[in-house]
Amino acid sequence: MTDLIVKSCGPMTSLQDWGRLGYQRFGVSPSGAMDRRCLAVANALVGNAPETAAIEFVNLGGTLTAEGGDLLVALVGAGCTAHIDDVPVEPQTSAVLKDGQTLRVGHARTGTFAYLAVAGGFAIEPQLGSLSFHLRSQLGGLNGSALKAGDRLPCRDASSGHAAMHLPLPIPEESGPIRVMLGPQDDYFTDDAINTFLSAEFTISPQADRMGFQLTGPQIEHARGFNIVSDGIVDGHIQVPGSGLPIVLMRDRQTAGGYPKIATIISVDLARFAQLRPGSPVRFRAVSRDEAAAAARGFKDWIAALPSALNPLRFDLTTEHLLSTNLIGGMVDALGQKVSEPQLET
Amino acid sequence: MVQTPRFLPCGDSAVTVEFGTTVDPELNARALALDEALRSQPPAGLLETVPTYRSLTVQFDPAVLDYDALVRFLTQASADLKPRQAQGKRWRVPVVYGGEHGMDLDSVAESKGLTPHEVIDIFSSAIYRIYLIGFMPGYAYLGGLDPRLVTSRRTHPRPKVPSGVIMIGGEQAGIVPMEMPSGWHLLGRTPVRSYAPERDPVFLFEAGDEIVFEPVDASRWDALERAALAGEPVAEEMRL
Repeated sequence: MTDLIVKSCGPMTSLQDWGRLGYQRFGVSPSGAMDRRCLAVANALVGNAPETAAIEFVNLGGTLTAEGGDLLVALVGAGCTAHIDDVPVEPQTSAVLKDGQTLRVGHARTGTFAYLAVAGGFAIEPQLGSLSFHLRSQLGGLNGSALKAGDRLPCRDASSGHAAMHLPLPIPEESGPIRVMLGPQDDYFTDDAINTFLSAEFTISPQADRMGFQLTGPQIEHARGFNIVSDGIVDGHIQVPGSGLPIVLMRDRQTAGGYPKIATIISVDLARFAQLRPGSPVRFRAVSRDEAAAAARGFKDWIAALPSALNPLRFDLTTEHLLSTNLIGGMVDALGQKVSEPQLET
Repeated sequence: MVQTPRFLPCGDSAVTVEFGTTVDPELNARALALDEALRSQPPAGLLETVPTYRSLTVQFDPAVLDYDALVRFLTQASADLKPRQAQGKRWRVPVVYGGEHGMDLDSVAESKGLTPHEVIDIFSSAIYRIYLIGFMPGYAYLGGLDPRLVTSRRTHPRPKVPSGVIMIGGEQAGIVPMEMPSGWHLLGRTPVRSYAPERDPVFLFEAGDEIVFEPVDASRWDALERAALAGEPVAEEMRL
C-alpha cells in the first residue's frame, strides 16, 4: 500500500469527486468539485474515470510526499505549478512521484481551484456514496474533515501500467458572459430588474466560497417581495435576497431556500464561473434551453473523448493525432465559444 | 380542486414541479406523492428528486433525458397521483424543557402572557408534520405550531445553537441536528440525533413523518443522551 502524506496545505484543501447524489432530501448538499473540467482532465491524465475523487486545492498550494511506493499523479487547474523534488512538471502532464519524493503544489495564479489526481484513486471509504468533503455536514473527505498537515491518504496503487501522459490541448478559457437560463422565479422581478441583471457588470465579492459567491453591482429590484416558501435549490441558482445583490449558489449550497432565484447558470459554465476570483468582473447572458442542453451534451462528449486525446509524454503532438479525436469540436460546443451555426443538433 | 402544477426551469439539468406557493399539508402531500411515484419508476436520466413544502425539484441528465419528454412524463404522473403508499411514521421525541436546555422558554412565555408550564403544555399537545428536511443534514421543518405560540424571530440570531435544540420561529418549529446558527427561540432540547453519520440509519426522520414531543424530567437527560450517543434512536416510533 502506498500512502500520500500531506506535509502542508491550505485550510480548505479537501477531497472532492463528482458529488453526492441522493441525499438532498435529507438536507445534505451534493458538494463535489467546483471545476469538473479540471477534475476530469487530472483524472484522465492518470487513467482514472472522470468523476474519481481528487484533492481540491483552494487558492493555496501545499506539499505532499509518497510513502511505500511510487504514485502516478497529475495536477490541473488555476494555473498551479507542480514540482517533484524541485523539478518542474509540465502543465497538463502526469508524472511519477517516487517513493520518498516530495510534490510541491504552487498557489493558484489564474483561478481558485486545482485538482491533484492519483492513479487508481484513494483507498478511503466513501460516506453516503461519495468522498466529497462537506464542511457543514462533517461528511466525506478524510474522516469527515478537510485535509491538514500530517494526514495520510492511502492510495489504490494503480500506477503500474500507466505511463505519464500529456494533454496537448488547452482547457478552453473563453471570456464571454456567463450563460444563464432565466428562472425559476424570474416572475418575482420587474422587467427592468431582469434587463439590469442581463446587461450590467457585476463583481465577485470577497464573500465567495464553496457554498456561494456574493456579487456586488447594481441592485436587482423585486416585483413582489423577496420571501417565498422555501423550495428546491440547484447548483448555479442565482438568488436575490432583500439587499438586491445576487448570490450564486455553488456546490456546498443549501438544499432548499426561501429567496427568489432570478436565473440559473447553465451546467457547463459553472466551472468557468467558479474559477473567477474575488474582484473579477462578470456579466450574464440568457440562452435558450436548446443551447444550454446542447452545451451539456457537448461537455459530456468532450469528457468521453479525453482519454483518446492524451499523448504519451515522450511523443510530440502530431496533427494526425489531433484530427483523429473529436476533442476540438466537443470543446467548442461544450464551453460555449462563439459558434456561427447550431451544434450537435438532434 | 386540483390544478395542473407549474414547471419552473432550473437551468438545463433540473426543473421544479410547483404545486402551489403556500405552506399547506395538501400541497406537501402531492409533492411527496409525485416523489414516491418517480422513485418507484424513475425514467432513464433522472438523477435525484428533492421534495419541499410545496414542490418537487427534479434533477436530470439533459444528455439522456429530453426536457419536453420529462415534462410530459411529469404532467401525466401529476395527473395520476395516488395517495402515497408509504405511510409517514409518527415519532415520540423526548424533550427537556427550559433552564439550560431551553433558555428562551421563559421569555417566550412572558411575551405570550403565558406561564412556562402553559407553553410546554400547548407545545407538547400538538402533532407536528415534517414538511421538509433541509438547511442542515437532518434538519426537520415542522408545521402545526399552535397559533398561541407563533413568535417572530429574534432580532439578533445566535451564531451557534447546540444539537438537539427544539425551537420555534414564526409559525414553524424545528429540531436541530447539529450545531448551527439560528434566530429562533429555544424551548428545550432532545438527546435524539436526527442525523448521525456513523449510525444506521444515518437519518431518523423523513419528510411526511409526524412528531409528538414528550416532556421528560431533566434528571433523565444523561441516560437518554448516553443511549443516543451509543447509536440508539431514543425517538420512539408510535403505532398509528
